[in-house]
Amino acid sequence: MIDKSSLGKHISKEFNEEIEDLRERVLSMGGIVEQLLSDAVEALASGRAPDLKEVKAEDRKVNTLEVSIDESIAELIARRQPTASDLRLVLTVSRIIVDLERIGDEAKKVYKMATRLTDARGRHADAFTEAENLGLHVQKMLRGALDGFARMDPEAALRVAREDDKVDREHEEIIRLNMTYMLEDARNIKRAVDLMWAVRALERIGDHARNIGEHTIYMVTGQDVRYVDIARVEEIVRDAQ
Amino acid sequence: MVEQSPQVPMPGSRPGLSNGEMRSLSDEDPCIEVRNLNLFYGESQALKNINLKIPRGRVTAFIGPSGCGKSTLLRCFNRMNDLVDSCRVEGLIRIDEDDIYDKRVDVAALRRRVGMVFQKPNPFPKSIFENVAYGLRLQGVNDKRVLSEAVEKALRGAALWDEVKDRLDDNAFGMSGGQQQRLVIARAIAIEPEVMLLDEPCSALDPISTAKVEELITELKKKYTIVIVTHNMQQAARVSDYTAYLYLGEVVEFDDTRRIFTNPKQKETEDYITGRFG
Repeated sequence: MIDKSSLGKHISKEFNEEIEDLRERVLSMGGIVEQLLSDAVEALASGRAPDLKEVKAEDRKVNTLEVSIDESIAELIARRQPTASDLRLVLTVSRIIVDLERIGDEAKKVYKMATRLTDARGRHADAFTEAENLGLHVQKMLRGALDGFARMDPEAALRVAREDDKVDREHEEIIRLNMTYMLEDARNIKRAVDLMWAVRALERIGDHARNIGEHTIYMVTGQDVRYVDIARVEEIVRDAQ
Repeated sequence: MVEQSPQVPMPGSRPGLSNGEMRSLSDEDPCIEVRNLNLFYGESQALKNINLKIPRGRVTAFIGPSGCGKSTLLRCFNRMNDLVDSCRVEGLIRIDEDDIYDKRVDVAALRRRVGMVFQKPNPFPKSIFENVAYGLRLQGVNDKRVLSEAVEKALRGAALWDEVKDRLDDNAFGMSGGQQQRLVIARAIAIEPEVMLLDEPCSALDPISTAKVEELITELKKKYTIVIVTHNMQQAARVSDYTAYLYLGEVVEFDDTRRIFTNPKQKETEDYITGRFG
């Protein structure tokens, strides 16, 4: 079990700075990804969207950060041979940036679908409202996951993991709703399929946010909680307090 | 959702290790047992109420800052501390059930059972052959053939044979530091001890020689119980199965090395191995 207070306590100041720099860059990567997601959800909800070029430029920033953070991790392992909580922090960062990069990609998909669906909102208002709700939900999860990582708070990370089941259920509901539109009128199929791609991407973003939460729990408690039943994860987090 | 199964065999995992599962000290066969050990140098107490079971056929590392008592504890196992006048030992140390501080114990015999290698290699000013044969000659072995076989076996055991087989009569001082250290290990294993104590065996060696000695340690544990004191934490992480962290004469934590270096239970251990202010 570690907490934020132990971060800056290495005898080597340079090591402290390297670790802090790593954390900061993950959080700024997280910030860009959050913005990408928020734009995508907004585009889905309103049909208004920034230029695709801008979105692509932001996504490239995310990719560049992923590569540069990876380089720093390799260098830090080679030079510092981190152990215990330092080792777990470095491993966690290495995993989180992969999830963040994927969230960026998924957000880009949502955005693309949203721009193709600009004329369809009036007709399937229900499905769009539901999709927007799902979008807001996964945005909240991502925010919680990044907060949990930044504050090294396993409780916050656990809350994110718990939300994922709800997101899965919302996703199922939208699919059912979409099916009825398709059965109603075959001309709806193209739009419905586009919308399904978008909600599918949002559901995946929820999974990645959950992963980030799980990585954070590992970083703080030392217990790997991937593929572990949520009740057991709750126990692990409780025991760590 | 699948419950995590620890029983899944992992291809390629090292033999003798239980597929990534943490080992438990309680499952091991203890070779050295330390109970309520206190040690004093005059008035000052160097070891405080140590309780440990050192498992047989494994490498156990003692780590900790200078002056924490790790070398002192190591030296208890072959009664090297007897040589310090002001030293007083209380408590019990048993090796294979024998109380080694019992009055009837023959200390020379004990040291044959418990070999020791020091920080700086200390070969005798003799030939390579005679260095290794020394312990056997002391035991009264003089048959040339028996000696030759034993020396070759010991040098092979110490991964030195190929380097020195053509110059066994050369003076040992002509060897490199790394070779000298392996020669000293060969001298120790020539008399077939049960336990090998290594007191910072690599601190005077270059990285290549260090790697050779570390490789040798991994080989030796198949036959001997090994206890190593080291200042080099990465070395402890590389070579040992179990690690004890000592601080101010006390054992703070003793556990599977993998746990100590990935998720130690005690904050003091964590601070030490990650290089933090205590």
